[in-house]
Amino acid sequence: MSTLAIDARDVTKVYRRYAHKKQFATLKSALMSRSLIRDLKPDETFAALRGVSFTVPSGCTYGIVGRNGSGKSTMLKCVAGITRPTSGSVTVNGRISALIELGAGFHPEISGRENVFINGIMLCLTKREIARRFDEIVEFAELEDFIDAPVKTYSSGMYMRLGFAVAIHVDPDVLLVDEVLAVGDEGFTHKCLDKFGEFRRRGKTILLVTHSLGLVERFCDEALWIDDGVGRAHGDPRRVIGAYVTDVGKSEEQVLASGDARAMNHAGTAPAPDIAVADPVAASEAPADMFRATEGRWGSREIAIAGVTLAGTDGQPSHVFQTGDAMTIQLAVDAAKPMTDFAFGVAIFNADGVCCYGTNTWVEELAGLSFEGQGEVRFVIDNLDLIEGTYKIDVAAHSRDGYPYDYHRLLYTFRVKSRTKDVGVFRPRHRWEFSPSVRFGPALE
Amino acid sequence: MFAHLRDLPKYRGLIQSLVVRDLKARYRGSVLGFFWSFINPLLLLLIYSFVFTVVLPGTHPKEIEPYALFMFCGILPWTWFSSSLLESANVLIAGGNLIKKVLFPAEVLPIVTVLANMVHFLLGLPILAIFLLYYRAPLNATDLVWFPVVLLTQLILTIALALIVSALTVHFRDLKDLLANLLTFWFFATPIIYPMTMAPGMGRKLLNVNPFTHLAISYQEILFYDGPYGHWKWLLALLAGSTGLFLFGYFLFDRLRDSFAEEV
Repeated sequence: MSTLAIDARDVTKVYRRYAHKKQFATLKSALMSRSLIRDLKPDETFAALRGVSFTVPSGCTYGIVGRNGSGKSTMLKCVAGITRPTSGSVTVNGRISALIELGAGFHPEISGRENVFINGIMLCLTKREIARRFDEIVEFAELEDFIDAPVKTYSSGMYMRLGFAVAIHVDPDVLLVDEVLAVGDEGFTHKCLDKFGEFRRRGKTILLVTHSLGLVERFCDEALWIDDGVGRAHGDPRRVIGAYVTDVGKSEEQVLASGDARAMNHAGTAPAPDIAVADPVAASEAPADMFRATEGRWGSREIAIAGVTLAGTDGQPSHVFQTGDAMTIQLAVDAAKPMTDFAFGVAIFNADGVCCYGTNTWVEELAGLSFEGQGEVRFVIDNLDLIEGTYKIDVAAHSRDGYPYDYHRLLYTFRVKSRTKDVGVFRPRHRWEFSPSVRFGPALE
Repeated sequence: MFAHLRDLPKYRGLIQSLVVRDLKARYRGSVLGFFWSFINPLLLLLIYSFVFTVVLPGTHPKEIEPYALFMFCGILPWTWFSSSLLESANVLIAGGNLIKKVLFPAEVLPIVTVLANMVHFLLGLPILAIFLLYYRAPLNATDLVWFPVVLLTQLILTIALALIVSALTVHFRDLKDLLANLLTFWFFATPIIYPMTMAPGMGRKLLNVNPFTHLAISYQEILFYDGPYGHWKWLLALLAGSTGLFLFGYFLFDRLRDSFAEEV
């Protein structure tokens, strides 16, 4: 099929942004200053899209990915015709149905049945067409028992399902989908995906805007990555997503780094001895404290941890790691007096606050002999066998019996990325083995 | 603009079902339901009767009797007019979801508002008719032929203003509050609760500028007064003017259309 279903050329969309004072502009003041016409023109502008071009051949499933606020949904609205691009053009061939806001036209006071008809008419169906598809719509939405109840009594899931069912039964040539697969339970999501699959088989065009990269990878023939209103990459979904994920990793890195700096500053300004005095039990018994204390820093500072750096495979400071990569936690330590009773500890917590792993030199049967002045301690993890997620670290210098010299509680954050959506607390190194009668191949769809 | 205007008839199915929805939704949950459309004007008539026969007797010209019925001929269409405008001031903002998220012809919303209020007006007419018959008002067939023309004129005038009001309110939200007061003033500047004959010479000229004056007089002449309908020249002029205003209103609405999705 060589015809184009969607042809977007140099689409630029400029939104007006009002200066603070103009938000309170009234008709009266506009008339008084004779600026009625001028006020209707933009003074401060914000370009949501800047010259984005893409084409979707008919029958193609096309994905658009990008961060929040990157202009994906604006693009979709331009394609749907809800807003007009400031410059450039969008041409769409065929009947469009947009799954942008489900059930947008529903009136809460009247029944689901009447709403289906009115919503259908809004989506350019005739009464007869709706009547013909009505049972199918209700069955798809799984609302047989509630269809005559007013829509205001529906749960949000029921509401969304009904909206989805109507929109999908419009039988469009081009289906625009904006992040709506999050409606309903697992079963309903599967049903929606099946419906999309059916659309594809019938040679319809689907334009999908989503944050679910897996969905784009599995479903789409082509993908476009929009970043800050500019098309950054398009083409093969795997390549586009790869580029996108790499870029997201980079910016997450910056966010985590600045977050750590803030946490450290905050903990540094808190008077450290007070905490130790206020809670002497916690100060001496670290394990009991583990599950109660929030982030902070305490200890007597006979040995101080002056700096903590996380380093990746290449030895460069980093906050984002691939699962299985090497990671080194580097502690810059400092002792004012000669010390003989000391130990260093590290613990890793996941986002739920579960301690994934904790250890110290003493429990690993290393006895501190002597330390004075400045030094460095490195905790080297050859393979970071954690599942995807955000993790926080405790680092500590303490005496053999646990008296804290310098305890940094949850002050450092890092993120583990993984292509595998496995679950749990950690990932044991593993592989699968099969007897010859059990055969597997790479998953494509 | 004219391309959009040509599309308007295509939306009649949509308009029709939205008007029906509006009417259904309005009384959903109330005990008397649709009867309110009859009861409201009836109660209004009773209140005005009470005020002008018991509280303020003799403040009106002797020759106009029953005075409440005379007022009622003007108040009923005025209610249609004023509530249409008040509701359309809010209609685009209330329907924001439709305008922002669905490809939806926005002009349908104010038109639906005006039509839904017209249905209420029409439902109030039987009450008026009963009282007119009860008091043996001199209705005659040649006058009643003009009645649909008056309706049409008011419909076009109201839609024209509703389009303007709804489009401008998107940009100037305070128009809504301004409008409520403006309509109160407008009501008293229209010969509805007083006859045109009571206005002094200069005032009469001013009243003639007010388009609703001619509608009110038309209703009164057709339904209440004896004799042939003599105001038809004014009415036809108003019909022409309203059509012009409708075209202007539609033009304005169309110009502002693209901004709705962003401003609502």
